[in-house]
Amino acid sequence: MPMIEFENVSKWYGSFQVLTDVSLSVAQGEKIVVCGPSGSGKSTLIRCVNALEPYQKGKITVDGVHLTEDLKTIHQVRAQVGMVFQSFNLFPHLTILDNLTLAPMHVRKMAKAEAEEKAMAQLQRVRIAEQAQKYPGQLSGGQQQRVAIARALCMEPQVLLFDEPTSALDPEMVKEVLDVMVSLAQQGTTMICVTHEMGFAREVADRVVFMDAGQIVEQNTPEAFFERPQHPRAIDFLSKILSH
Amino acid sequence: MNPVTSWRQALFNGTGNTLITLTLFALLVWFAWSFLPWAVFNAVFTADLNACREARGVGACWGLIEEKWRLIIFGRYPFEEIWRPVVACIMMVAACLVMSQRQWWTPWILTGAAGVIALSVVLMIGGFAGLSKVPTERLGGLALTLLLAIVGNILSLPLAVALALGRTSDLPFIRTVCSAFIELVRGVPLITVLFMASFMFPLFLPSGMNPDVLLRVTGGLILFSAAYQAEVIRGGINSVPRGQVEAAQALGMGYWLIQTKIVLPQAFRVVVPPLVNSFIAIFKDTSLVTIVSMFELFGSLRLALADPQWRPFFVEGFIFVALIYWVFCSAMSRYSRGLERDFAVARR
Repeated sequence: MPMIEFENVSKWYGSFQVLTDVSLSVAQGEKIVVCGPSGSGKSTLIRCVNALEPYQKGKITVDGVHLTEDLKTIHQVRAQVGMVFQSFNLFPHLTILDNLTLAPMHVRKMAKAEAEEKAMAQLQRVRIAEQAQKYPGQLSGGQQQRVAIARALCMEPQVLLFDEPTSALDPEMVKEVLDVMVSLAQQGTTMICVTHEMGFAREVADRVVFMDAGQIVEQNTPEAFFERPQHPRAIDFLSKILSH
Repeated sequence: MNPVTSWRQALFNGTGNTLITLTLFALLVWFAWSFLPWAVFNAVFTADLNACREARGVGACWGLIEEKWRLIIFGRYPFEEIWRPVVACIMMVAACLVMSQRQWWTPWILTGAAGVIALSVVLMIGGFAGLSKVPTERLGGLALTLLLAIVGNILSLPLAVALALGRTSDLPFIRTVCSAFIELVRGVPLITVLFMASFMFPLFLPSGMNPDVLLRVTGGLILFSAAYQAEVIRGGINSVPRGQVEAAQALGMGYWLIQTKIVLPQAFRVVVPPLVNSFIAIFKDTSLVTIVSMFELFGSLRLALADPQWRPFFVEGFIFVALIYWVFCSAMSRYSRGLERDFAVARR
């Protein structure tokens, strides 16, 4: 059974169609990189997986749960799916440690001591444990994004969604975040990653999905996609992104 | 930089600023020159009516305060029981001081402080444990002002939060009801609300049910300040970036959890200055309850000035009362600046 299944999903903002008839199946442990020009619907696609965006037609199934507008199903799915945002979205009024323990304590009803222990373990994993008592505003962008990854991991999700996690970072901080993502990928987490980091895609992706104008126009293994893109728009996109 | 140079830098850097400094300084000197002889040098400090009459025009008559302070501070409260409003005032101020300490904001301490405030009200009204029952119309002066201001500002907060959440809610019915309430209450003067609460509200109740005037007036005040505070808080809620809510949703948090742990804490940090502004406005607006025959600080002053012998010295009375209002309001505004500083440090 696939971990995530899109079946002919369509979505509109008013009369503007952002997703058209999207079908995609992601197996457990698979790593997918989604790329495409801006406005092609890639962020919208992954935001549908945890119901941050509703969809109007088709069917999305996550870990066997059919995602509807029912709040109970939505919460059930969100608890399984972690998400990392372009702009980090850490809670600025809470310390790093409190950022990590909030959801485990209140959503998973974990005891404080246990939640803190797990949080510290995740902070070790992203190599930032010494910052636990600081506030997000005192950290660099790269550190904040690593904290955001640790926060998602604290809920022990089945799936991790990354929405352009390195786009808001200064160039010298991109690597520290990508390193963490690579190590996560090697540990077998199911990942869907919207990114333009083609090096990352080559290194860890099982499949690259190329989107344009709300449709998946091409998907293939990274080698095949980068060496022999088929669709004219994919060829055009790659020529622009790889030229510099 | 030594102090003299820095003073020079601050006050006399450039022709324009020098001119402004000198003008303001001249105004200050002129004010001291004309005010101090009246207020201090030629003033009468004893309750000596003849001396006051003689000094009229050239010196202030602070004797008015010596003569009438009990009436001004405690209104028409029975004289022999005056210790009760004294203790009540101390309890209310102490409770507020405790509540103002952020490191003590635990549910127990806040409940305790609210309990102390309730107890102070009960103490003034009496009717138990050998305390004689004092009709609520006889509460007055500073004790009544504090009571109305504290209750009107604090009990209104939960309602204000509910209204603000309602107005930002996704549910159309709740949003409409909350918007309608806020716009209705904000659209009329406080005097109207107090009048309605005091005279019209009983007409809507089943006959025989007639809640106490103090209860009706505080109710009106709470509704009024809640509408204003709700709009202030809504501004704070809207200032929390959308990404904060999305991040919390993505972690599986539900609506109430997100509001109480993520949105409201951030909203309140932003709205400290306008919220305290509204506290101060309500504190002074309590003086409007005189129109429904409740004699708070300002109303009690007018009672005191009803005495024809002392009536000519009303200016001194107004200055005294203004000073009391100023002490409380400036304390609130200092507190607000302190909070802003703390939150600015935490946000950095």
